[in-house]
Amino acid sequence: MLYVMRVESLLGINNQRTMRAFLVFFLFSCLGFALLVPSSLGFQSDELLLDDEEFGLEGGRSSESFRIRSQPSAPQSARRRSSDFGGGGGSDSDSKIQFSLEHAFGDSDFSPAGAFSARLKTSSHGAQTLTKLRFSRNAFTEAEKEKFEKLLQGDDFYRIRLPSNVVSPPGREYIISAVKARCLPREALDEHFFIHMDGVNILAVNYGSPGACQYPRQLKLPGKWSFNSHTILKNTEQAPRAPVFSEEILGGEEGEGEGVKPVERSFWAKYWMYLIPLGLIVMNAVTQALNMPEEQATGQPGSQGPATAAVQRGPPTAVRRR
Amino acid sequence: MAMATRVFLLLLLVLISSPSPSFSLYEDQVGLMDWHQQYIGKVKHAVFHTQKAGRKRVVVSTEENVIASLDLRRGDIFWRHVLGPNDAVDEIDIALGKYVITLSSEGSILRAWNLPDGQMVWESFLQGPKPSKSLLSVSANLKIDKDNVIFVFGKGCLHAVSSIDGEVLWKKDFADESLEVQQIIHPLGSDMIYAVGFVGLSQLDAYQINVRNGEVLKHRSAAFPGGFCGEVSLVSSDTLVALDATRSSLISISFLDGEISLQQTHISNLVGDSFGMAVMLPSKLSGMLMIKIDNYMVFVRVADEGKLEVAEKINDAAAAVSDALALSEGQQAFGLVEHGGNKIHLTVKLVNDWNGDLLKESIRMDHQRGCVHKIFINSYIRTDRSHGFRALIVMEDHSLLLLQQGEIVWSREDGLASIIDVTASELPVEKEGVSVAKVEHNLFEWLKGHMLKLKGTLMLASPEDMIAIQGMRLKSSEKSKMTRDHNGFRKLLIVLTRAGKLFALHTGDGRVVWSVLLHSLHNSEACAYPTGLNVYQWQVPHHHAMDENPSVLVVGRCGLGSDAPGVLSFVDTYTGKELDSLFLTHSIERIIPLSFTDSREQRLHLIIDTDHHAHLYPRTPEAIGIFQHELPNIYWYSVEAENGIIRGHALKSNCILQEGDEYCFDTRDLWSIVFPSESEKILATVTRKLNEVVHTQAKVITDQDVMYKYVSKNLLFVATVAPKATGEIGSVTPEESWLVVYLIDTVTGRIIYRMTHHGTQGPVHAVFSENWVVYHYFNLRAHRYEMSVVEIYDQSRADNKDVWKLVLGKHNLTSPVSSYSRPEVITKSQFYFFTHSVKAMAVTSTAKGITSKQLLIGTIGDQVLALDKRYLDPRRTINPSQSEREEGIIPLTDSLPIIPQSYVTHNLKVEGLRGIVTAPAKLESTTLVFAYGVDLFFTRIAPSRTYDLLTDDFSYALLLITIVALVAAIFVTWILSERKELQEKWR
Repeated sequence: MLYVMRVESLLGINNQRTMRAFLVFFLFSCLGFALLVPSSLGFQSDELLLDDEEFGLEGGRSSESFRIRSQPSAPQSARRRSSDFGGGGGSDSDSKIQFSLEHAFGDSDFSPAGAFSARLKTSSHGAQTLTKLRFSRNAFTEAEKEKFEKLLQGDDFYRIRLPSNVVSPPGREYIISAVKARCLPREALDEHFFIHMDGVNILAVNYGSPGACQYPRQLKLPGKWSFNSHTILKNTEQAPRAPVFSEEILGGEEGEGEGVKPVERSFWAKYWMYLIPLGLIVMNAVTQALNMPEEQATGQPGSQGPATAAVQRGPPTAVRRR
Repeated sequence: MAMATRVFLLLLLVLISSPSPSFSLYEDQVGLMDWHQQYIGKVKHAVFHTQKAGRKRVVVSTEENVIASLDLRRGDIFWRHVLGPNDAVDEIDIALGKYVITLSSEGSILRAWNLPDGQMVWESFLQGPKPSKSLLSVSANLKIDKDNVIFVFGKGCLHAVSSIDGEVLWKKDFADESLEVQQIIHPLGSDMIYAVGFVGLSQLDAYQINVRNGEVLKHRSAAFPGGFCGEVSLVSSDTLVALDATRSSLISISFLDGEISLQQTHISNLVGDSFGMAVMLPSKLSGMLMIKIDNYMVFVRVADEGKLEVAEKINDAAAAVSDALALSEGQQAFGLVEHGGNKIHLTVKLVNDWNGDLLKESIRMDHQRGCVHKIFINSYIRTDRSHGFRALIVMEDHSLLLLQQGEIVWSREDGLASIIDVTASELPVEKEGVSVAKVEHNLFEWLKGHMLKLKGTLMLASPEDMIAIQGMRLKSSEKSKMTRDHNGFRKLLIVLTRAGKLFALHTGDGRVVWSVLLHSLHNSEACAYPTGLNVYQWQVPHHHAMDENPSVLVVGRCGLGSDAPGVLSFVDTYTGKELDSLFLTHSIERIIPLSFTDSREQRLHLIIDTDHHAHLYPRTPEAIGIFQHELPNIYWYSVEAENGIIRGHALKSNCILQEGDEYCFDTRDLWSIVFPSESEKILATVTRKLNEVVHTQAKVITDQDVMYKYVSKNLLFVATVAPKATGEIGSVTPEESWLVVYLIDTVTGRIIYRMTHHGTQGPVHAVFSENWVVYHYFNLRAHRYEMSVVEIYDQSRADNKDVWKLVLGKHNLTSPVSSYSRPEVITKSQFYFFTHSVKAMAVTSTAKGITSKQLLIGTIGDQVLALDKRYLDPRRTINPSQSEREEGIIPLTDSLPIIPQSYVTHNLKVEGLRGIVTAPAKLESTTLVFAYGVDLFFTRIAPSRTYDLLTDDFSYALLLITIVALVAAIFVTWILSERKELQEKWR
């Protein structure tokens, strides 16, 4: 079972856990992560281990005391993690939750396809938010592979669903999302979850390929039957508020009261109407001046000699004066 | 030099796009391109005021909550008041001969209006513990200390109100006895009133109350074991007749001197065996009551001691009967209208003498008006001193007519006060040969007109000439012609009203070109309670414009629930003929006009029923052929506002259940968005208009940079609000109220934009156009309305700025866009305060989408305000740079300006404004705007001025004369110069 997880939460907590072969690649590819963690590779791996340790502990505990969804993948992955990192002692156990991803091929029924696990953070005033979301994807079974190939042939929909409430799944209703199966295959199967949250409620999930999906969609089988999953959690944005804005405006109005400041304009912009006629006059004068000597040259050739002589005579006198 | 051109361009820009309104009018331009029509709606009650009045008038209240005083001679409105949408008028009457008394809001508001001018004299709020039936009783001859007392029963209480100042004199609470008062009776000349009503279903109570202080003098009650059904009719001052719970017998109740005696009579004894349910019709005839059974209308006379006998049986269930009208010497008359063929028969009879007809008239009636719903009669003294009668009748199409001397004196098309949907349709193409003859015919007139205009331009015209010129302009035949014009200003507005009538209004002068009462939306056995839903363009011929007529699709529903079966009707827009109608087997939840047309240019429509099956119309093999081809690319969404769920669907295959119906398709759910029910409730959803044209995706911004608009037809704007905050503004604190807005791609269910506004509340009005949304809501913290704008730009195309890339074809501008690709968009938003609350919002639309847009805002004052989109630009900053100024960015202000001249409606009001519809004219600069409510208003506006049109008053004659004069001058000077040259040569 090969799985790759990359979880980015908008709260700025980035976690990666991947196979060693991918680690370097991600370090270079995830610029944001690299910026957030400016120190060396060793430090980063340390932090990862810490997170995983907590998580592993959580998974281990959840199998005993917690509600865990009866699906093959979740205990398996949990077991693996605990075996990897060993069950360390954690205290904040009640803040871990898990919820499952289910998928359907075309119009078939939904079946388990993976599990999300996350930390539920409860703030002082009771608001709950999810952080550190991780996702473990089950690999396709042979039967599922066949079904998926059929979808690719028929350019049909691959559908997934999530519970609308992560604390008490499935909540009110399942959140469904679908994508044309042909959008997914690249090298492997690339998928991208964009989960819109509101506290512990999932509003919507946008599921699809991480990049573009060309139209018309070409039939292309994936090279590897494994999933590259990317997950983003997103909470709502707050609209910026008016008070600051209105103060600024008041300031601006006061400024206007003092008199509208003339926009700083270049010299040319200010005086072009004077400069153009001036330029024309100068040009006119120059052409006239050019014409004059010609006329003089043609009309009074005799006078040219003394004039040039006079000019030539000038500099030497100056030199002499020095 | 470049700088000079820039400065010049800047000047030009300032000139062209100065923020000042560009559509204000001069006085003499009023009515040139706009029209305004005033209506009142379907009349519920009418009170005549003809005695001793110089101006004969009738005061009416309507279902649109309008109180109006109409001129009886011509049907014009003397005055009119539109009460709020939640302030329905229950009853009206006239008190003291000078006040109109109205009871509204389920018996809780009593108002008096001055009869001559409609000024409000007083207003009383009547409090009561519980909602109940409301009754108003104004008796003319009951005087207490020179004061007429008005008795009002409402909210479970009986109030006595002074008619002089509206003061509540006394109040008697019947809520404890749980008495539902049915009648308030005031016997002539006595000092007491009777309040008679039911307690529960089977007990009848009568109270005798002192008029002066509300003291209960006597209280009697009687039980009727069979129970009452609640319908009751007062036949005399001491006798009531009620219908029992099984609707099979009548009980006459007499409460003479406070003693109640009941007498039961079986209906079958009166009319013989019948199978239908008896219904008592509300009437105010003395000694007589009416019941409707099967298809008959039975008049039952109440003889002495409560004996009932049938006076007449009419085989016309749709007949209408007026209230009794007191004539002289204690006689009472009433009017009765029956239908027969294309005529209606009006009879006025004496109440106590059935066979003595005072009046019998037959009036030819347009069958498009349907049958008579209501009749009110009024008497007058003829020149020969006998009684004459006039009747005000309300027809099925909500029109109001006055009948007198066997003729229709006037009629009002008041159905137009309740418009449901509007669509614009083209007029016929002008056939050759018609116009030339017309011009020759009117050559003299034409010349005369131009002479007048010339005089006007040269300021030689006298005042009379000016009036003539103005008149000519207003009714220029050009404007009201029945053919298509070059600029596309002349169109037909196809309007569906609540009565199920379709009107075609000419945009030139607002006249009704044709009207048709849709057969399919007619109340019949096949279709009970028909309701009209929408009008769609069905067929718009372009290739066969000369020989095929366009048609519209009218969609309706038979019944009140959303799962009621649908009705389709196809109407020719040139002639108004109903081409076809279909009674559907399935319900209608949503109609999707597809972007495909068949060879006859009929647009394909997909109708989704409540079971989420899709049905394709028209049902032709050709349509199915086109549709099958596009089947995988058709998606739609459904909004379940109560559950807070939005779902996306796609089509699957032919219906499994309905075998053999190849026009029916099964659907499947693709995505769903579930809003948490404890924190969000869907308030508004808005999409782009399907027929909107976007001229270019690129937007050139400062420094020759380009941004690409994210133009998608599949975007849905959703506004949700905290469940607590769904009530009125101010019912919640800012902390517990918020508004979340979303932009959702309806193909994939992708949320493209999500933003929470804390401390804000609905109602939300939004408009979506091109790549932007503007929405309006209330900010509880700032105590002001706010308007926000969101613009979406496509980043995936942002790299296409390099000219070389474009030249070498290395761009992705022509690649198809797939919704399944992850969109790379950026959104910009900005918030502004706005003074008005909003009733409706729309945006201008032009033929090619080049002209800049204006928002049309229906304000609380029932006016339409045009606001430049440039004010709602998210890129506005406090100090725009020089280049931004050149681009036309206005410096940022915290509120949006309201410039008085930018009211599209000028000084007129569109009372009860409900909607604004825009349609593009053929001329790019111009938009046609139609605002409707109780009133109608039409105008055309040019958001960036009419840059492509000479004004209407441009004098072509003057231009011609100038040219002729110039040519003549050239010739004269030429000859003169020739001559001079010759003379020079001879010298």
